[in-house]
Order: sequence, then structure tokens, then C-alpha cells
Amino acid sequence: MSLRGKAAVVGVAESDLGEVGPGFTPLDLIGQATLRALEDAGLAKSDVDGLFSASAYHHMPTLSVGEYLGIRPRYSDATSMGGSSFVSHLLHAAAAIDARHCEVALITYGSTQRSGGGRLVTGSEADPYEAPYNPRYPVSMYALAASRHMHEYGTTREELAEVAVAAREWAKLNPKAFMREDLTVEDVLASRMVSSPLSVRDCCLVTDGGGAAIVTSAERARELKEPPVYLLGAGEAHWHRSISQMPDLTVSAATESAPRAYGMAGVGPEEVDLAMLYDAFTINTVLFLEDLGFCEKGEGGAFVSGGRISPGGELAVNTSGGGLSYNHPGMYGLLLIVEAVRQLRGECRDRQVQNANIALVHGNGGVLSSQVTAVLGSESTL
Amino acid sequence: MRGMNPEAGEPPAGIYRRHLKSGVLVFQRCAGCGAALFYPRVLCPACGSADLAWETSSGRGVVYATTAVYRREGDPYNVVLVDLEEGFRMMSRVDGMPAERVEVGARVTLRLDLTDDGPVPVFVLGDENR
Repeated sequence: MSLRGKAAVVGVAESDLGEVGPGFTPLDLIGQATLRALEDAGLAKSDVDGLFSASAYHHMPTLSVGEYLGIRPRYSDATSMGGSSFVSHLLHAAAAIDARHCEVALITYGSTQRSGGGRLVTGSEADPYEAPYNPRYPVSMYALAASRHMHEYGTTREELAEVAVAAREWAKLNPKAFMREDLTVEDVLASRMVSSPLSVRDCCLVTDGGGAAIVTSAERARELKEPPVYLLGAGEAHWHRSISQMPDLTVSAATESAPRAYGMAGVGPEEVDLAMLYDAFTINTVLFLEDLGFCEKGEGGAFVSGGRISPGGELAVNTSGGGLSYNHPGMYGLLLIVEAVRQLRGECRDRQVQNANIALVHGNGGVLSSQVTAVLGSESTL
Repeated sequence: MRGMNPEAGEPPAGIYRRHLKSGVLVFQRCAGCGAALFYPRVLCPACGSADLAWETSSGRGVVYATTAVYRREGDPYNVVLVDLEEGFRMMSRVDGMPAERVEVGARVTLRLDLTDDGPVPVFVLGDENR
């Protein structure tokens, strides 16, 4: 039996975002986000019996989170595959709920990497066959992918810059976005080069931040105060860990995760009202638009150009401002879900996508390594 | 009595490094499906066979992807992925030219950079050994 429509997201929240200041811990931000998500759902902490988390700070994340929050779960899942983990948790939670292993699942994450030093906190071990060359993790790996995409398809730095500009245009409409100043293609091209062809404005932010999502059965969801946002479909795929093991740097495993998600949901990309794509770097958005079926392979650069993914464009992409301009707390996947749920509930004010009923959430982890696609829908899509 | 398993043999990474110290780049070829493997393993990730044979690479390859990594001081340095002609890919760098000038598709040839940590496989532009 398909999991389509069996579970719903009933509460979402961010923690304090941006730069929270020294002294706060990742667990403090998880606490903030959890309380806010429970309030959003109209549920109590004691209702939570399933716990899902991943972390670069805690070796046993659900143990640390459970202890801090005072939650004693009967189902615990710390699946860790980078920033996509939390989209994966959505699928795992739906399966666990359907199997009656738990009824109310909390998915949560927090990071204080900006206040803690301003650099990405990562538990990633060095690959001994890559370490002698000092690639800057993870930007150089994405830069290699960008160089290959440019070589094979003629994608330009200007087209990559269009992704950053579109994200910024959305961020200007989101009061919670970290960077809301004007940004032009020329600004991106003139910004400091980090790992060519990617400049600092092609890279995601380094911010503090956290989030929480509450998932429960469709039956219970209908008794709660907010309109349920149903999980219509989800799929996972991963083919490599290190970039030197990625078979084709222009084709991600999203080409497998997406058909799995679409198949379960019974929808295709043409029916998607908004797409939340994990934009750790500008090349991500280009690759994922292709791999998720919004355009043909190699046409991503043209697809993002001319404001086509900006507010008022043909496809609403990363309406929060994304990892590039809104928030990127080391692992960003949970915040994709938060924005998608708010859009489907119609809560997004200035940046609200009109008649949004189907949202695609696509998480990426590692170095284009893990790919997890989820399709979320409002009541009308069941 | 506890002790080292006498059947354990030499680890794949050890065989690789021993050859590198003697001046050659080796890789594994799967007898089951013919795939060229890098990095060294105990099984073929393509077909699952454990029947792997060590082969010596010609050191001739083509740049598959490239980036120049910038730092606060000093010139940027290059990082590439190289496709060796035997059919495996590895991360490396291209020496002897500005980092930004390395191009995807360039033909390159192996050199060993003798560092304090042992020989590191790097590449230079050209195919003079061809």
C-alpha cells in the first residue's frame, strides 16, 4: 500500500535565525523550534512519541535531542546523509506512523555555526584520496560539477548568477531572510572568487538556525487546528559520497529520487506549484531543475535566466530566499519543508504563491551525494 | 590466543601506497565485469566480484572537471578530476601552469610529487609519453 496521503505535516517552525549570539547551543535552537512547532500544531510535547534528527554537533543526535527536550520516544531515527536528511525523515516518519510505530513524529535540527565561529561545522571525514589536493569542502566539489556543466552544456557564470539574484528577489519578500539588499548579476560576477567558477555569492550563507516539523497520521491531522499538509510522495537515492566517485558530475541521483516521489504522489513536475530546491550553491538549482524534470538536461541555465524563477516568474523556486539568501545553518533541508508547508497553507504574505496546492521539496546532502525528493499537497490534492 | 588474523593479508590501501612509493600508480581491474576501480577496495562496486587484479596505469589522462581554489594570500591552486585512459577517475591537480588556465578536456600526464607524507600523484599538461 502506498503511503500517499497517509501522513501530514501539522506544525512547522523556525528557531531564532541568522546570528543568535554566543552562548546559545544547537539544542537551544532545537528547543525554540520544537516549542513553536508544537504550538503551531496545537499539540503538547507529551504527544510526541517519534523523534527524528541529524546533526554535525552530536554523534547520537536523537539521544541528545530527546534528553534536552525531555522526550522519551518509542521510535527514534537519526538517519544522517547531510542536508537532505530531514526530507528523508519525512518519508521515514510517514512509514513509521503508517506501521503504528509512532503517532506524532518530531523532526528537528539546529546549528549555531555562525555565532560559534562563522564557518561550516561539519563532521565530514577527509577522503584520503582527495585530501592531498586540499579541495575546500564542500564548495570545491560543487565547483567541479559547475565546471563540467559549463563544459558540456555551455552554461555560463551569468546564468549561475541569475540563480543567486532570483533567490535574493524572493528573500526581499521574506522578513526572516538574512540577506535582503539589492543584488545584481554584475554584483555576483564581481564578488570574491572562492573556488572557480563559484564566487562567494554563488555560495550559501553561513548562519545560525534551526527548525522543527510535526508529522502525524492523516486521521489525527484532521482533528488539529491548522489545515494538514499531506505527504503525497517521497523518494530517496544516493550513488556516491566523495565527488571523485560521482559517475557523471552533471547528473545527480535526483534523476532517481524524483520519479520515485512523483510515482507515489501520482503527479509530475508540470503540476508542481512551487519547488523548494536545496540551493547550497547556484549550480544546485540548475542541476535539480533538470534532474527533477522541469527542463531538459543542459537547459537549466536558460531556464533560470531572465527572472523566470524570480517572484512573478514562470515557476516559483525557493520562495523563502533559499540557502543563498534566507538561511543556511549547515544543513538546510528542514527549512525547505517549513517554507513549503507555509506556502501550501497560504501563510506567506508578500511572497505567497497564489493557488499553491502542490509543493516539491528536494533535499541534497554531502557533495551532490544524497538526493531526497518529497511531494507535499493540500487537502484538495488527495 | 588473540592476535592478528594470519589470513588477513595486505590491505588494498597498503598495496596501493607500496606501489606509489616505488613510483607507479596502480588501480584494480575487475575480472568479473572488466571495470577499472579507484580507490582500492576488496570488491567491485559495479558487479560485486571479489576477483580483482592490480594493474599499472599509463598515467595518461584527460581533465574531467577543474576548479581554482582561492585563498586569502598567495595564488589560487588547482584541483581537478582526471579520467585516466584505463577507465578510472581520481582527484588530483595539474602542476606547472596557473590554476585558472587548466581546462576541461586537456590531456595530462602523471608526475609524482614527492612530499614528506609520501608520493602524491599529480599531473602536468601534455601527452609527451604517448
